[in-house]
Amino acid sequence: MCLAIPAKITAIEGTEATVDIGGVTRSTSLVLTPEAKVGDYVLMHTGYAISVVDEDEAKETMRIIEEMMALDEAR
Amino acid sequence: MRFIDEYRDSELARGLVEHIHRRSKRSLRLMEFCGGHTVTIFRYGLRQLLPPTLQMLSGPGCPVCVTANADLDKIIALARTPGVILATFGDLLKVPGSTSSLQQARAEGGDVRIVYSTLDALLLARENPDRAVVFAGIGFETTAPTVAASVLQAKKEGIDNYKVISVHKTTPPVLRALVGSGEVRVDGLICPGHVSAIIGSRPYAFLPREYGIGCAVAGFEPVDILQAVAMLVDQLEAGEPRVDIAYRRGVRPEGNTIALGMIEEVFAPGPADWRGIGVIPDSGLRLRDERFDAERAFAIEPGPTREPAGCICGDILRAVKTPLDCRLFRRVCTPEYPVGPCMVSSEGTCATYYHYGQDGPEAEEPCGQPARGAADE
Amino acid sequence: MSDTVLLAHGSGGRLSHDLVRRYFCPAFDNPLLAEMNDAATFALSGADGDRLAFTTDSYVVSPIFFPGGDIGHLAVCGTVNDLATSGARPLYLSAAFVLEEGLPLADLERVVQSMRRSAEDAGVSIVTGDTKVVHRGAADRLFITTAGVGVIPAGVYIGGSNARPGDAIILSGTIGDHGIAVLSQREGLSFSSPVVSDCAPLNGLVSAMLEASVDVRVLRDPTRGGLATTLNEIAAQSGVGIIIEEAAIPVSDGVRGACEMLGFDPLYIANEGKMVAIVAAEAAEAVLSSMHDHPYGKQASIIGRVRAEHPGRVVMKTRLGTSRIVDMLSGELLPRIC
Repeated sequence: MCLAIPAKITAIEGTEATVDIGGVTRSTSLVLTPEAKVGDYVLMHTGYAISVVDEDEAKETMRIIEEMMALDEAR
Repeated sequence: MRFIDEYRDSELARGLVEHIHRRSKRSLRLMEFCGGHTVTIFRYGLRQLLPPTLQMLSGPGCPVCVTANADLDKIIALARTPGVILATFGDLLKVPGSTSSLQQARAEGGDVRIVYSTLDALLLARENPDRAVVFAGIGFETTAPTVAASVLQAKKEGIDNYKVISVHKTTPPVLRALVGSGEVRVDGLICPGHVSAIIGSRPYAFLPREYGIGCAVAGFEPVDILQAVAMLVDQLEAGEPRVDIAYRRGVRPEGNTIALGMIEEVFAPGPADWRGIGVIPDSGLRLRDERFDAERAFAIEPGPTREPAGCICGDILRAVKTPLDCRLFRRVCTPEYPVGPCMVSSEGTCATYYHYGQDGPEAEEPCGQPARGAADE
Repeated sequence: MSDTVLLAHGSGGRLSHDLVRRYFCPAFDNPLLAEMNDAATFALSGADGDRLAFTTDSYVVSPIFFPGGDIGHLAVCGTVNDLATSGARPLYLSAAFVLEEGLPLADLERVVQSMRRSAEDAGVSIVTGDTKVVHRGAADRLFITTAGVGVIPAGVYIGGSNARPGDAIILSGTIGDHGIAVLSQREGLSFSSPVVSDCAPLNGLVSAMLEASVDVRVLRDPTRGGLATTLNEIAAQSGVGIIIEEAAIPVSDGVRGACEMLGFDPLYIANEGKMVAIVAAEAAEAVLSSMHDHPYGKQASIIGRVRAEHPGRVVMKTRLGTSRIVDMLSGELLPRIC
């Protein structure tokens, strides 16, 4: 399954972060993503952040999808 | 919830579906590798939204399902070993090996603990210094670095009673084996999002280059998967198969280099036995440091392996067959009385077909009845 | 007196009597209990019905204290709610305790006081009981079995086989709160959440619904197995199909967050203060508005309908307009993550 979910970092102490998912909080290890900062969203898998969510890329994806839709409508 | 809700938006989904319908002309076979994708596809009924030109196949990306009985038997034998606490993700608990399961071993006195993280397993090891805590290391590249991190931490802290039995597997070699066999025609592949968060998108480059197969790395929300399908249709209709990423918010082409470094530090590639597929060289991860290797720390003798008679999980994992081709599906094999692992793992193809219905619930008979019938017998 | 439960507390001798006198009698104080007979006796004169409802349930929740409740609250509410699902007015409860040697008496006191409050809230009396003590390790701190009797008002006929095509399906509020509240306390899954158990006695809510209309056909509290399992049971018992709307089912952010994290579907998570009602279509609005006026039904909504097609099956219309089967829970609910 490789279940990983976007969780927001609310605090960092050493390599341990506290993350928030809809008000649920737990600790998450940042050893795999030491670049993560407070306020970042990370993909959390089994208590480890495996990737920092790139907000610009997320926006870009939305733009690409909307462009796909707009192109279709223009036809 | 941010980065979840947007990708379940019905308007975006509708837009992508319209795009796919307009662009899809050729008959294409698309495979989702990952069991998590299979679950999303069924949970949101995505197959119902796709044009008849697109045929969706479910691949072998369920770590529990592809674990060979011989490996399961070793894990179960460890759980029965005196002095051992076996720590595992919940996924593995019910999976039957040759003659038993972890659930059964626990009922018979084995100390099996369900953990959410290897961090919890390490905690168990610290709290129980007089016992060996063995973590059942199962999963693809997504999970392997978290296990690697726990081994490095144990080494650093000198937690010598922490052990791992590694049945980890890696995805590019199995994709090559699957595609290279020529057994199944696949035009496009929806690549696993969280495996790719670690390995990046580059390891899939051989698929378009050598086999003409289009690739799109996808996240796990319905909009993610529809975007990947749209990208695959666009690539393939244009005759330009390549590796696209439909999950750019989580996946970079180079992957997570720190995580890859930890895998490399802790594990060495080795052969792995895949259920239904066989032994694939360099598709497994063996622990480099024998101090943490449960297989070397304990003399495990699980006894001879047995495969369940009539079960076609192997064929289903290779996408050669679907659960509907199986004589046992629903009649004998149900989530309560699973014959093979594809029924017991909640993301296994058989379990997904069973729980959510294969092509929309209007298509077939009620599924609750046979299960109760079997229970009464 | 020692501050933990001893095996002698279950001996039947003086220590047993002390335990009953100190903890149970003052908390549950009522005339029937005060008689201290082996059986509580009561007359039914004055009750507005001639049928009794009778139910029993055992409670073994771990941990015994959890956000929003405890095993005692659960033991009273669970039995009250089981009676209420038959349309009965709950009257009397029994409570049998299995105590593990070494249980702090302060914990017992806390549980007993919680049962007192729940019983008061529900308007029922705990009129008879029993206590046993077992060796350390032979029980997990404290198990409670409650049984209850209630009277079914004349003209009320509620049962799982009464659902008919066209009926509306009403859910009294958000799902999954109890299960997630308990799960957040489990070893190995350490997370903290704002979710508290929804555990509550629903007999008042049911009375209000029945006052609004007698065309309430089925009532069920979706406890273990969650909403999905309850709806499947009704579909099978009534031999009807059920279709529900994903977007109509309320789930709190905390429950959603925990479910996303653990790979759970809120449809399968336990509730202890929610009611599913199947109501004749023409009565739905009246019943719904009676629920909105009650503290335990403020978020009630119509989540689907009963149909003749696909008897025995529950189908969900997803947010994307597609449909899929909603199966029963199978086996133990386990996090699926790797």
